[in-house]
Amino acid sequence: MLSLNKKDFGLLLVVAILTLAAPIILNPFPANSGMAQFNAGYPDLMQRFVIFGIFAIGFNILFGLTGYLSFGHAAFLGVGSYSAVWMMKLLSMNVIPAILLSVIVAGLFSVVIGYISLRRSGIYFSILTLAFAQMSFNLAYSVLTPITNGETGLQISLNDPRILDGANAPSYPNLFGAQMNSAATVEFGSWIFTFSVGYYLCAVIMLAAFYISIRVFRSPFGMMLRAVKSNQQRMNYTGLNTKPYTLAAFVISGMYAGLAGGLLASMDPLAGAERMQWTASGEVVLMTILGGAGTLLGPVLGAGFIKYFENIFSKINDNVLHGWFSFMPDGFENFLVTVIHPFVGKGWNLTLGLLFMLVVIFLPGGLVEGGQRFGRVFRRKDRNAGSVEADAAKQRNQTAAE
Amino acid sequence: MDAILLQLLNGLDKGSAYALIALGLTLIFGTLGVVNFAHGALFMIGAFCAVTLSKIFTLSHKAAEPSGTDFLGNPKFEDVLYIKEWFGDAAGAWLLDWSVPLSILFAIPIMLAIGFIMERGLIKHFYKRPHADQILVTFGLAIVLQEVIKYFYGANPIPTAAPEAFRGSFDFGVLLGFDPNAIIYPYWRLIYFAFSALIIGGVFAFLQFTTFGMVVRAGMADRETVGLLGINIDKRFTIMFGIAAAVAGLAGVMYAPINSPNYHMGMDFLVLSFVVVVVGGMGSLPGAVLAGFLLGILESFASMNEVKDILPGIDQIIIYVVAIIILLTRPRGLMGRKGVMEE
Amino acid sequence: MAILEVKNVGKRFGGLQALSDVNLSIVENTVHAIIGPNGAGKSTLLNCLVGKLIPDTGSVMFDGQSVLGRKPYEINQMGISRVFQTPEIFGDLSVQENMLIPCFAKRDGAFRMNAFTSITTQRDILDKAEEMLVEMKLADKRHMHAASMSRGDKRRLEIAMCLSQNPRLLLLDEPTAGMARADTNNTIDLLKQIKDERDITIAIIEHDMHVVFSLAERITVLAQGTPLVEDTPDKIKGHPKVREAYLGESQDAA
Repeated sequence: MLSLNKKDFGLLLVVAILTLAAPIILNPFPANSGMAQFNAGYPDLMQRFVIFGIFAIGFNILFGLTGYLSFGHAAFLGVGSYSAVWMMKLLSMNVIPAILLSVIVAGLFSVVIGYISLRRSGIYFSILTLAFAQMSFNLAYSVLTPITNGETGLQISLNDPRILDGANAPSYPNLFGAQMNSAATVEFGSWIFTFSVGYYLCAVIMLAAFYISIRVFRSPFGMMLRAVKSNQQRMNYTGLNTKPYTLAAFVISGMYAGLAGGLLASMDPLAGAERMQWTASGEVVLMTILGGAGTLLGPVLGAGFIKYFENIFSKINDNVLHGWFSFMPDGFENFLVTVIHPFVGKGWNLTLGLLFMLVVIFLPGGLVEGGQRFGRVFRRKDRNAGSVEADAAKQRNQTAAE
Repeated sequence: MDAILLQLLNGLDKGSAYALIALGLTLIFGTLGVVNFAHGALFMIGAFCAVTLSKIFTLSHKAAEPSGTDFLGNPKFEDVLYIKEWFGDAAGAWLLDWSVPLSILFAIPIMLAIGFIMERGLIKHFYKRPHADQILVTFGLAIVLQEVIKYFYGANPIPTAAPEAFRGSFDFGVLLGFDPNAIIYPYWRLIYFAFSALIIGGVFAFLQFTTFGMVVRAGMADRETVGLLGINIDKRFTIMFGIAAAVAGLAGVMYAPINSPNYHMGMDFLVLSFVVVVVGGMGSLPGAVLAGFLLGILESFASMNEVKDILPGIDQIIIYVVAIIILLTRPRGLMGRKGVMEE
Repeated sequence: MAILEVKNVGKRFGGLQALSDVNLSIVENTVHAIIGPNGAGKSTLLNCLVGKLIPDTGSVMFDGQSVLGRKPYEINQMGISRVFQTPEIFGDLSVQENMLIPCFAKRDGAFRMNAFTSITTQRDILDKAEEMLVEMKLADKRHMHAASMSRGDKRRLEIAMCLSQNPRLLLLDEPTAGMARADTNNTIDLLKQIKDERDITIAIIEHDMHVVFSLAERITVLAQGTPLVEDTPDKIKGHPKVREAYLGESQDAA
């Protein structure tokens, strides 16, 4: 089906169902209950899940397959956002041209940066990409202010020309009239589900992006990218030119980042330089490795995981904590609140940093590998750990053969 | 001419900071083969050592003022600094005034301890892992350290003053025969430069003239062979990591009066210091120092109005542009050795 | 007819003249061994043939075309395959994938943006790879992680990868270095079989005289960066200059 084998088609199908039903699945708690704060089924957050999912899927094509660790991919996201907002200012509030332009501009930008950065490998490559991203960030804040509107960020305004839009065109990003922020709300008992246009647009695009990534993984091209990671010397002596392969992977991932940036701007029409900062680049690296670099599902999982906990952790404050632990003796309750306090609310970044370290130290293969190990331990208790790990490695590396 | 001299001087203090951080990064990279993204955080922690000591010195308690009561007849209270109580007024005031230089003594043991703990507790386990993992785990650590500092000290910069005696400026112009006020340079920046030169000299002398340093240099050149000689190179490398941490920390302590410490200053300096290391050449100590000063000075030249008029924004990106050009034309950097981080 | 013609090649590293005035011609469909004591310049010469090094002087012609200045992948595409001293394979990939890659390189050239083609639809490539796996007795290991194979199997896989491209010239750099006697003999048998069954020219650099005299039809002795003699194995065995170059090392022990 769709030129995928059974297993891959199954995976795509599961992801599609989960994504399309997300407004329901992610709202398991009734709206008025105390647990409602753990609901994630509202458009703003779900949009971030899928948009950053796209970003991470693309990043994984570069990092997961070729092993080239870029610390500058946020630059492409930022460029994509700026292009999209400009398109909405100049042409039309319809998001189609905005998204197309963001992909194209990010693609061109990544050709230039990739061409130069890929002349070096290893840590030099990481630092070159970092240097380019910081350069873009600094420029966006200073001399490029006429284009980026500096610290304020680029916004739409009523005076924009918007030459394609008629007099009655919507003044908010839309898809042929359907505004991104419009939503249908369905009440089901005390549950409330929100189905928004913006989310479904992002979700469909994410599914397309995911499908493309499966195809790339299963293609000779994808296998060549893994060969680049494994042994460049052998590639050269097998008659293969590694440069266009790595550049193509870099540009594809840059275009994915641009697409994500364009979608961010389409959901909320503003673009700021902070999206290009290197901490933002670090975040996508974390999403990818947390989920599992080089796996199909990993980046999507990682993006969802991080954005969900970012949202939840940021909302928890001392009052919420006291509420949770109120059943305990006072002293113990206060103690727990004091201990947890630094990690929640504004302390989310601390938790993120710790998470980063823990994943790299204990679970270099990410959530996907963790899940596989877990599953294996339960399925075959009789096998010793050594052969289980060897199996996992084998599993990972025979993907293309099926 | 005087404008050029002025920019040269202005570049020195930033260049000194770059050189010191890059020196530590290179020591760690050269000895342990580890790419330490948390090194900027060590610089930042150093700066906060200075903040902490001055906070300790300003600890106070309320005491009844001997002069009597206020207009309502209540007894008047005043804040009394503990250090003034313990050491007397004059000595207490002196201590407070000199808190930044005194922080050096306070920072050395702290930074050494942090360095040892980091190496033994974390970095040690990453010697055999790929460079990408080292980058990622130290990147995570950098975030953690930065957030911990933010938790305790808040997000705003904390002004930390240099001693009264060094707050003025020095008129270089008169000394060199230019008009008065043509080249004004703050004393503290001169001190910072001298201090950095001292530390850099110290590190080089230590590596050059002590047996310990000789073994470390040999280890940098060929770790396996030195290991085979039966020398406990690991222990020495731990100490080296501590020293690198202390160098970064001291650079931070003394930088506090130049730029009020904030929790993200480490990240800001780290990115640039990495660029400095790469420009100087991975694994080359003289390269790191040379590139540090060179880029610091280049940056200050690029921020001259005359230059900015021709190339707007060049001051923001000059370091990156130089790094890109160097990496593409001289892949090993200015003074890099063959075989370091290749393939 | 000579398939590879090396003329007056010289290469200097700083103060060391690694190669000087090397002339060598390898005749099509023969096995030609290049031997010589350590530091004789064997590896330097090999690297000049495959594009890793560019000689300072002289010319290297393969089948009438110069290889100088071409990248290793271009030289491979001309029909020269190289087997390394330590087997260079794609350790993170499966054995089958290792086999597929050279087949794709042969069919599609140095780069092809076929990101939407599924490997499973490429029957011709899959069949070719399978054929090679069976021929080289690696078929039962096809799903194995290549890095986890024994050294002998890795060597076999590397040779299979090279052969799958039907190279006109196969260069072997000490193919039995570090191998146990049994593995060495297996490798000799494998190479003999290849030589008998295929139209292929083999150039082999080797220390082990046992390997050299079991396989080679012509031998060039290299000493101090320059060819000493070139002749058939029988003549080389008793050649006084060769004995001198090896400083009394007996043939079998060398």
